[in-house]
Amino acid sequence: MGCGVTKSDQFHKHSGKGVSAIRAAVLIQRWYRQYVARTEMRRRYTWHIFQSIEYSGEQAQIKLYNFLGYLMDNFTPSSNERNLISHIFRENDICRDAEWERYFCYKKIEVPEIYSGPHLTFPLTVEQAVGLVEAFRNKKQLHSRYALQLLLETWKLLRMLPNINRISTCHSKEITICGDLHGQLEDLLLIFYKNGMPSLEKPYVFNGDFVDRGKDSIEILLILFAFLLVYPSDVYLNRGNHEDHIVNLRYGFTKEVLTKYKMHGKRILKLLQKIFSWLPLATVIDQKVLVLHGGISDSTDLNLLARLDRHNYISALRPPKKRNQSSASTSMDSDLDEDVWGANRIFQRRASLTFPKPLGARDCFHNRSLQDFSDRIKVNVETELEIRRRRRSAFNAVMKEPETETATLSFDSVYSDNAKEEWKQILDLLWSDPMAQEGCVPNEVRGGGCYWGPDITEDFLNKHNLQLIIRSHECKQDGYEFCHNRKVLTLFSASNYYDVGSNRGAYVKLGPDLVPYVVQYQASSMIRELTVRQSVGRTERSALKVLREQLFAHKSDLICAFKKFDSENTGVVSLNDWASAVESVMHLDLPWRMLRCQLVTRKTSEGMIDYYDWFNELAIIGPNSDNIDQSLLETLYRHRSTLETIFRIVDTDNSGFITMEDFRQTWKLLSVYLKMEITDEAISDLAVTIDSNQDGSIDIDEFMEAFRLTDKKSRLERGRSMFMGTATDLTKLEGDPNI
Amino acid sequence: KAAFETFDNAANNTVDVREIGTIIYSLGCFPSQADLHDFIAEVEEDHSGYIHLDRFLPAMTKALMLCFQVLDKDNKGYLEPEELTKYMTQEGEPFTQEEMEEMLTGLADHERNVIYYKDVINQLAIDPDM
Repeated sequence: MGCGVTKSDQFHKHSGKGVSAIRAAVLIQRWYRQYVARTEMRRRYTWHIFQSIEYSGEQAQIKLYNFLGYLMDNFTPSSNERNLISHIFRENDICRDAEWERYFCYKKIEVPEIYSGPHLTFPLTVEQAVGLVEAFRNKKQLHSRYALQLLLETWKLLRMLPNINRISTCHSKEITICGDLHGQLEDLLLIFYKNGMPSLEKPYVFNGDFVDRGKDSIEILLILFAFLLVYPSDVYLNRGNHEDHIVNLRYGFTKEVLTKYKMHGKRILKLLQKIFSWLPLATVIDQKVLVLHGGISDSTDLNLLARLDRHNYISALRPPKKRNQSSASTSMDSDLDEDVWGANRIFQRRASLTFPKPLGARDCFHNRSLQDFSDRIKVNVETELEIRRRRRSAFNAVMKEPETETATLSFDSVYSDNAKEEWKQILDLLWSDPMAQEGCVPNEVRGGGCYWGPDITEDFLNKHNLQLIIRSHECKQDGYEFCHNRKVLTLFSASNYYDVGSNRGAYVKLGPDLVPYVVQYQASSMIRELTVRQSVGRTERSALKVLREQLFAHKSDLICAFKKFDSENTGVVSLNDWASAVESVMHLDLPWRMLRCQLVTRKTSEGMIDYYDWFNELAIIGPNSDNIDQSLLETLYRHRSTLETIFRIVDTDNSGFITMEDFRQTWKLLSVYLKMEITDEAISDLAVTIDSNQDGSIDIDEFMEAFRLTDKKSRLERGRSMFMGTATDLTKLEGDPNI
Repeated sequence: KAAFETFDNAANNTVDVREIGTIIYSLGCFPSQADLHDFIAEVEEDHSGYIHLDRFLPAMTKALMLCFQVLDKDNKGYLEPEELTKYMTQEGEPFTQEEMEEMLTGLADHERNVIYYKDVINQLAIDPDM
């Protein structure tokens, strides 16, 4: 019968060949289309995973900062916690610029003979700028002496620039606009390679977010600043939400600088704080195209933005404390300040930090989270008033100037309406995202700025007689995306942002016709050889790794949620219940049912999911932490980013070490923030475990290392970079031979 | 594999033979009853009424393989882009030019610019096991 069958097969093949061919073709078509659809779906949810986690990280950062700010304003003076963190709020240190220049002086720094990096002489020439790019391409590092010098010159220049740059495409010059770079030097080099370096004929606008996440943030800054110094009328820099020292604490820039510049890193960071605050807020091209980092809101007013003192906003996350409440002058008179404050900076600092602010003044939505803490932090109003009276008289006794009136007034750290308005303008500019729906709502996902709709764009463009908004701030798969009827263009220049192969980068060229011409690229030669399926697969695997971490970090909450569906305590739940429970805890809006097969491999015989078993399957924690309480461990793990940020804040001299006492205080802080009880005993045990050499101080990195998560599924053990929370660092680690 | 699992009630990598038709349809294949019969005959475990995953997958792959072989009239083992284009854009629900370009870019061998369908099938038919 075998022969017969074969023959009939062949017979079918030959005689019905025409018919078979059609059917074969149809089948192939169907298969292929299905495959493409599946791949696209996977790509989308992978993207969604990364983006959700990225934004919730930003939100966490803002919440943390708000919390610390609240503590600052409302703690009684005897609080130790406040002293620990007060230094990051010393935003407006009153100091004459001359004093700052002394602090940042590079002249005493010697450059050793063996230094093989570039030597800079000022004023900078274009050959030196180009040389700098080459040096960085060859992985050299610029010596701190030159770095400081370059930064100082940059600072001087930026102070002369207006809040809003106005440029034109005259003489048929094409302007090149780049989006977020996020420390990815390879992308900047690629742009320069494809498009040429900045020059008189080739003006550039860089639209913020030069730093954080990538590993060469400082190099990018130095290159951009170098070209800015050489071609001040052809290089324009806009501030991004990551040009902010508070954000840098969490997202890696602070760490990068301190690691690369061990001796002078702290000074460099301080100088950068000032530079960031002096970066212009936006650029307008030919009075028709507005380029800014985040976006707009329904209240954005370019005139107001042009008028305000942008350098008061060292961090966009916190409004400045206005010192002079006198109606006439609102800007700070530096001479007056010097006389009044110069001798007694200590008084000024402590005073402005101790006075309680009425809670009512903080009514912006992103401060809503602060209200949670009000009942837990007791502020003794009577005591405060008494202290205030005592301070004032003490201060008056010391002061010789009859400026006491203004001095007293300025003790009130109440924000004027003006300051709040200006702050909101800047926050919206740097943090907002466009949405498809009309209207304008607060951006709760990120925690700052708002979501604005096409109607807002329309009104705004009409009001200011503009025709296009070019912004960045959001990663896009193709490197760019139009929206709002092609009136808003999002531009993102960091390719492979989430992972190798995740997205392309793009830059835009704008000629006198003001029609944007987009150029896309993707760094890394590896990409070209991967098929679409392969690169999606890789990114997907990274995303799933990150997602598993997140799930594991929320173990207790998840178990609680599962128990709600499992009233009889059988230890299993159905697939649907599993999906509902997970979404209710994670709030990531992901297709859990679809992801289930990637996340849970074992099912019971009835098709149910054993959730305890699942957690075992997910991951195990590293060996060092056996003697630490499990729930404490989980909390530590979940909030490791926040924890590390707090540590770095507490580590005032940026040494990488904190004392045991500070460590305990930090824990108390964290327990208040997380609304959980951590007993002194538990903290002491923890401290003892961590301080392995028993010298009374704790190595921050060592501490974070103790909570490495070992994913059973991956052969590679992930290290410290995991704490930065994105897969980008993970894959970068994998390729790094030094780790 | 995912489709298979959906019907794999006992979680032992087998499905009831009566479900095979549904599974195959869900994967976008619409064989005739006769073909379906033949297919089942090939993969069923000794008339047990069950089909094991290990036999199912290669069989599905084989079905797709046969399709390509039909189109490959000269039995070369590969298809020229023009050949594939002709079928994809003229028969059944024709591909758009964009779809065709995408398919060729994705599936064609970079150097020789032909489609080695045997390799391609492994990509198309089976979802990667994470």
